Amino acid sequence: MDALIPLFVAIPLISAFLIMLLGKLVKGFHRYFAPLTLLALLVMAVYEFSGLGTSSIQYTMGGWAYEGGFPVGIFMVLDGFSALMLCIINLIGFIALFYSLSYIRKYTAEGNYYALFCLIIAGMNGVVLSGDLFNLFVFLEVSVISSYALVAFGVGKTELEASFKYQVLGGLASMLILLAIGLIYWKTKTLNIADVRNVLDSGYSKPFYIFIQVLLISGFGLKAAIIPFHAWLPDAHSSAPSPISAMLSGVLIKAVGIYVLIRLFFNMFVFSHEIAVVITVLGTVSMVIGALLALIQWDVKRLLAYSSISQIGLVVMAFGMGMILLAKGDNLPVASLAIAGGLYHLVNHAVFKGLLFLNAGALEHRLDTRDLKKMGGLAPVMPVTSSTSFMASMSISGIPPFNGFFSKLIIIIAAINGKFYLLATLAVVVSIVTLAYFLKFQRFAFFNKSPGKSLEKIKEVPFPMSFSMVFLAILCLALSLLAFPSINDAVLRPAINVLMQSDLYSTTILGL
Amino acid sequence: MTVYILCFVLFLVGLYGVITRRNLIKIAISMSIMEFSIFLLLVLIGYIDNGLAPIVDPGTTGQVYVDPLPQAMVLTAIVIGLATTAMLMAIAIRLYRKYKTFDIREIKNLRG
Repeated sequence: MDALIPLFVAIPLISAFLIMLLGKLVKGFHRYFAPLTLLALLVMAVYEFSGLGTSSIQYTMGGWAYEGGFPVGIFMVLDGFSALMLCIINLIGFIALFYSLSYIRKYTAEGNYYALFCLIIAGMNGVVLSGDLFNLFVFLEVSVISSYALVAFGVGKTELEASFKYQVLGGLASMLILLAIGLIYWKTKTLNIADVRNVLDSGYSKPFYIFIQVLLISGFGLKAAIIPFHAWLPDAHSSAPSPISAMLSGVLIKAVGIYVLIRLFFNMFVFSHEIAVVITVLGTVSMVIGALLALIQWDVKRLLAYSSISQIGLVVMAFGMGMILLAKGDNLPVASLAIAGGLYHLVNHAVFKGLLFLNAGALEHRLDTRDLKKMGGLAPVMPVTSSTSFMASMSISGIPPFNGFFSKLIIIIAAINGKFYLLATLAVVVSIVTLAYFLKFQRFAFFNKSPGKSLEKIKEVPFPMSFSMVFLAILCLALSLLAFPSINDAVLRPAINVLMQSDLYSTTILGL
Repeated sequence: MTVYILCFVLFLVGLYGVITRRNLIKIAISMSIMEFSIFLLLVLIGYIDNGLAPIVDPGTTGQVYVDPLPQAMVLTAIVIGLATTAMLMAIAIRLYRKYKTFDIREIKNLRG
């Protein structure tokens, strides 16, 4: 099984190359090849995930493993957490690409779109699998540079402006991350995440590492758009083509932001109580402010982008609560519950935010506008879009029996049991605010009176788009099964174990 | 110690440029300055006084070599930096064609 690991990076890289090369010669090559690539990756990811359990597999690049007991090669590590992320990335990737088959027809240079899409997937798979800090940075750059290009894909005034803003802030974040990696190498003389942990266990100077941790929080905070680092997200996510918005909001900010932050802080650093408090406060602030900013938006995709900030804040807050409890060392079951809630909400958010952006794309595809004030009365003419977006809206605002309800419930129960009463109250309040702005979206887009006769002639979107939306809507319902303890154990337990037993990662890789 | 401080000063020069300049091209140049200050720091991390280039000759012993890993890292990072700068410049040129200006005060369609 370990032979499959490098293929997660190699297959999309090669197919991006082939699409550019053969797309010019064979007509329509990219339209068949790119979805097949993503489908193959999805099948591989699910296969690895189902066979993995709580174990972890590692692959060493070129067979360079240990030299005198020290890891010298580049390691790729697949454990419960990264397998879960792989499944999310490739699932949303496949659905968004299938949706693009009809959506992207209005743009020129389709071949470039599919090639860039494959590159973004290759980069994210690499980030998730990498066990080496610098390698992680390289894959991160692969995925974000292709996302800069994809945000500007429409080459209109707003797209270019958003892409420039995204690039300046993203470039700043990359520099902070590179600086932190350099400083880590300076002190520990190793780049392997597991080996860094091992070196840190034998003592370190605290102020220096607090400086590195702050650098990493600001770098990956910029990538994950946690408030106060969020300025680029509403512009970039609302200007990109809709399937790309679904990818950016659904997986990119999780794979290169939240995932790396969580992985480094749980499995590489021995985090202190102060850092845990900082992360929790950042999460809470972005949860509250993101929701309040989303309330006043009239642009559909901008509303969804601010809602992403708010939901990511909730996820970060859940992980932060888990970190505080772990740093204190007591109440471990509650810490595990908080982390479980965070992971569950991470998965759910990928599904329903992806779906909502696809819905917004369907509206934009048919109406050529994103302004809620110009919509209305679309429920009878676009039944699929209307019903799926209703399910996603109910899901994100936490209405049973959809998945969002259960993950929010787990987080709130964990907050109450861990005696974070203020955070629990804020989570409930934010949930109500979320319901308010999604009801606004539903009312103005689908149920209000139509502003003019022209909207009555609108047709439903073509099959690839409606199929993707229906699939994700069914997944919204199906994921609520994870609330059952037995299913939850089977799916999320491996990932939770990786984070709860934070030493296990380094000891299994180094074979100590 | 002085070289590290100079490195940091170079970083701050770049940051100052990104924050205060109003021309898209000057912002891109400032980004490059920041990038290269970090590359310089990475090379300095691997530097050892009187160290030789890390080409190990089996015959000789007792030689001091500089650390080759940061050099490999910097080479990779320079290539990545090239890609980012090219992307930034491409977008800046497309923006100029749309707006007929490089001034960021004129380019403000997105707000709120």
